[in-house]
Amino acid sequence: MNSAKERLVNGIVKENPTFVLMLGMCPTLAVTTSAINGLGMGLTTMVVLALSNVFISLLRNIIPDKVRIPAFIVIIASFVTMVELLLQGFIPFLYDALGIYIPLIVVNCIILGRAEAYAYKNPVIPSLFDGIGMGLGFSVALTCIGAVRELLGAGEIFGVHIMPESYVPVSIFIMAPGAFFVLAALTAIQNKVKIAGERKGKDMSKIQSGCNSDCMNCSDSGCTRRLYDEKAGEGDKK
Amino acid sequence: MIKELLVILIASSLVNNVVLSQFLGLCPFLGVSKKTETATGMGVAVIFVITLASAVAGAIYQFILVPFDIAYLQTIVFILVIAALVQFVEMFLKKFIPALYQSLGVYLPLITTNCAVLGVALTNVQKNYGILTGVVNGFATAVGFTISIVILAGIREKMIYNDIPESFKGMPIVLVTAGLMAIAFCGFSGLL
Repeated sequence: MNSAKERLVNGIVKENPTFVLMLGMCPTLAVTTSAINGLGMGLTTMVVLALSNVFISLLRNIIPDKVRIPAFIVIIASFVTMVELLLQGFIPFLYDALGIYIPLIVVNCIILGRAEAYAYKNPVIPSLFDGIGMGLGFSVALTCIGAVRELLGAGEIFGVHIMPESYVPVSIFIMAPGAFFVLAALTAIQNKVKIAGERKGKDMSKIQSGCNSDCMNCSDSGCTRRLYDEKAGEGDKK
Repeated sequence: MIKELLVILIASSLVNNVVLSQFLGLCPFLGVSKKTETATGMGVAVIFVITLASAVAGAIYQFILVPFDIAYLQTIVFILVIAALVQFVEMFLKKFIPALYQSLGVYLPLITTNCAVLGVALTNVQKNYGILTGVVNGFATAVGFTISIVILAGIREKMIYNDIPESFKGMPIVLVTAGLMAIAFCGFSGLL
């Protein structure tokens, strides 16, 4: 079980998808208006991530290499649809709060990225824990960002009043611009850690400030790749 | 009817700007906004793809998913249709309109997994838009995307001459800029 524990720690701390890898920024910004929404989105993503990782890992010897990306997308989209229907039936308030961002989990880079980078190459159990670890890391990050925004924007955390009465909520933080400012502060802190680490001569290449490349670094993990391998496609034409 | 479409046009392009208030299509917004030229190219490609995709997705929803009572499969169907569509558009342009392919080609693969495309298709269904209304909504959303990415690129071109604190170099300062733009776009909410 050592490997399971290692996968969990890896997902939550070492390769935290939000704080370290900067993946899946669209839902991160959109749904973190409060801590509970962030937590809900994080856990929903975790369920999809764990299930799709298990399934892709089970099918990894059957899925042909050329069509793996469409296959991943179909598997992920099926689980997203299932989770969406379950949420609609059993947790309607979360379903209403997250709205269109639930089906958009399909295009979340984290999930396709993990499928490509881990689940497609590893056995079922580690893939499951990789999914849970990454999902937990994502949940923790979203809850933190949501809590900060809720605290500054409404003076509450999880709906509980925390700030003193005299505090005037800066409501811009729960509106759209606040999301950008919070993320800006986050990436600035990340930059600082990275620069400090590099000065000490540590290897900081894993910490990425996102978006410098085409799609939030997704090109490395497969999101922006075409449905078919480019080389394979050219081969077919010949 | 015309009035309704005009309202959608303004609402989707300015008031509920797809990037600045809905956070869809954030990746190309931040990634491809270093130069105004490339930003414009990306914007035109997005307008093209989103308009086409909302027409195709709308038609498939109306004529296939609803009659067969499988509307709950929309997410799966839409993502596959969009991915295939982008692939097809790319092949079509390469073969028949090489000049356009030269200018748009590089951006097309980036759009496949752009959440704005899927987002528009799903919003159209959610709001019960017909095909025509859906296409107008898609076009307006994409125009909103183009407006914001071109503005951001213009600001970023000037910003390289500024003295920015070390930790804020790169992404953080771009995000601050985007935040300020989002505040400015909040001003449009009085339009409707």
